Amino acid sequence: MSNAIETLDGGAANSPASLSGLQQAIWTNGLLAAAAWAAAALVTVGLPDVVPWGSAGLFAAITAGGAAVFAALAFIVRRLGRTGDAIVHYGPWFIAIGVWFALWELTTAKLGWLPKPFFSPPNGLLNVYVAEAPRLLVCIAYTLRLWSLGFVSGVVVGYAAGVALGWSKRFSYWGMPILKLIGPVPATAWIPCTFFFFPTTFAASVFIVALASGIPVTILTSSGVAAVNRAYYDVGRNLGAPNWYLISKIAVPASLPHVFVGLFMGLYYSFAVLVVAEMLGAKFGLGWYIQFQTAYSGYANVYATLVIMSLICAGIVKLLFVARDQLLNYQKGFI
Amino acid sequence: MAAVTALRKAPQAAQSVAVEISGVSHAFDLGGSRLPVLDSIDLSVAAGEFVALLGPSGCGKSTLLRLVSGLEQPSSGKITADGSPIDRPDPSRILVFQDPTLFPWATVWSNVATGLDARGVLAQQRAGVDAALDLVGLRAFSGAYPHQLSGGMAQRAALARALVNDPALLLLDEPLGKLDSLTRLSLQAELVALWRKAGFTAILVTHDVEEALLLSSRVIVLTERPARIKAEFRVERPYPRHRDDADLVILRRQILATLGLAT
Ligand SMILES: Nc1ncnc2c1ncn2[C@@H]1O[C@H](COP(=O)(O)OP(=O)(O)O)[C@@H](O)[C@H]1O
Ligand SMILES: [Mg+2]
Repeated sequence: MSNAIETLDGGAANSPASLSGLQQAIWTNGLLAAAAWAAAALVTVGLPDVVPWGSAGLFAAITAGGAAVFAALAFIVRRLGRTGDAIVHYGPWFIAIGVWFALWELTTAKLGWLPKPFFSPPNGLLNVYVAEAPRLLVCIAYTLRLWSLGFVSGVVVGYAAGVALGWSKRFSYWGMPILKLIGPVPATAWIPCTFFFFPTTFAASVFIVALASGIPVTILTSSGVAAVNRAYYDVGRNLGAPNWYLISKIAVPASLPHVFVGLFMGLYYSFAVLVVAEMLGAKFGLGWYIQFQTAYSGYANVYATLVIMSLICAGIVKLLFVARDQLLNYQKGFI
Repeated sequence: MAAVTALRKAPQAAQSVAVEISGVSHAFDLGGSRLPVLDSIDLSVAAGEFVALLGPSGCGKSTLLRLVSGLEQPSSGKITADGSPIDRPDPSRILVFQDPTLFPWATVWSNVATGLDARGVLAQQRAGVDAALDLVGLRAFSGAYPHQLSGGMAQRAALARALVNDPALLLLDEPLGKLDSLTRLSLQAELVALWRKAGFTAILVTHDVEEALLLSSRVIVLTERPARIKAEFRVERPYPRHRDDADLVILRRQILATLGLAT
């Protein structure tokens, strides 16, 4: 019944329909985002600073540029297909970020409610990137080197140990009790003795990161291999598979979902110890830089570095998700 | 059928094998106590014969098939294939489980190729994999993953995974037990056709009297656990058989009576 009435109504009222069509074509949130970003730019250049921070002009230019882009997108985003849909999806976020920039700028540089040196306006962070770019890039490189050496070696050793523990009764007899004792100890607790065992502090730092990422991988891999459906091995043995085949072609792929859980845990642990590991007498690295700047009350630099670290960590986590989705593609039907 | 000839070309030796089960008893350890499952089973299966095992659930039918496959050793007694003792699993004797147990991470093609791959002969016998898939009508699903198959298709894939190895002995553990009745009927017919063409020896465990009568040349009825042989029925009717065949109807009544389910 109500359906029929609606259809009749729609046929009668022609002009309101075309008006809503116009509203459909314009992305309202895009206009709001443009307004918010423009407000941030205006606040930055239009109001006097309580304390000067530098890079205010650059920050205003960037936010004004952002406002212009959103204003343009408001009219064309509907024609951009899937990319456009993704942009529209994050519309409320774009508005919130613009508002956040404006309020942040107001409360710090303009009103001084959040005082220097503990707080910094967004252009203060920007100024850090402008002024410290060469040093920060070196620190990023050092951190990535330490992290990748530690994480990769930890994962390789941890995975091999996990497969051995899950597969072989003898390995598990000797290895499991040791793993149960070592596993719960935080990796950083080993710092005192690593200095004794390793020739350089860098090697000691790599070891700490490797330990932090390797232990969860070992635990999850061994339980994953041990939990593989026995019937798969029966099938393999019945078809004439030798032991190496049972391990590499059955135990390894069957335990992969567990292994990825271990990899994600190892990833988070490795990030957590990374900063600590870089405090062990390192001369470069993001963790070292944070510590150094904290000592000199360079909080803007600390915040700027934290932003870099969180972006790097989030990027690596994203990469691991992509790898998992590729490798566990076959599971789509179960999840 | 062309697919069958292609399978036959595989270089493995025997077409079929005679199985001799003599005085086999088996018990499982259950945390201290022992659970007797098989009690002095004596059974000769001639080369190329199709034997069906019927018995109450949990009586030890699957256990017997595992012993014959060589996946496990009996507590006592002896099992031989063409006279030589079965002391380990071998791809000439293949057990098809009640669950298809396909590897979920591998495509249908790779699943079927598992045996050839594991023995390092896949490169020479890739055509055999395609032929086996043709045989069970799954060629079009070569690239599909197991979760994309229906129950009947998965069971067919499991059958292809066994047949590609050109087994001399096929051990079927309620392979159609979980399928709907229409799929069951068509797969039963396919199984008979396959067996008649390929000529392997077959031992089928089933809980379906009709299925046993349609497929096998001999029906062995087992007792409650620990299983002993309770009765044996010869089914001397030509293939393909029809379930309404008067002789089969009489046999079915006799077998049901033996199982204590007289009607
Ligand atoms: N690996 C095992 N360990 C202990 N008991 C088992 C094992 N396998 C089977 N059994 C027991 O043996 C008995 C027979 O099992 P099975 O051969 O699977 O029976 P079915 O005739 O239904 O196929 C059951 O009671 C089962 O619980
Ligand atoms: Mg069973």
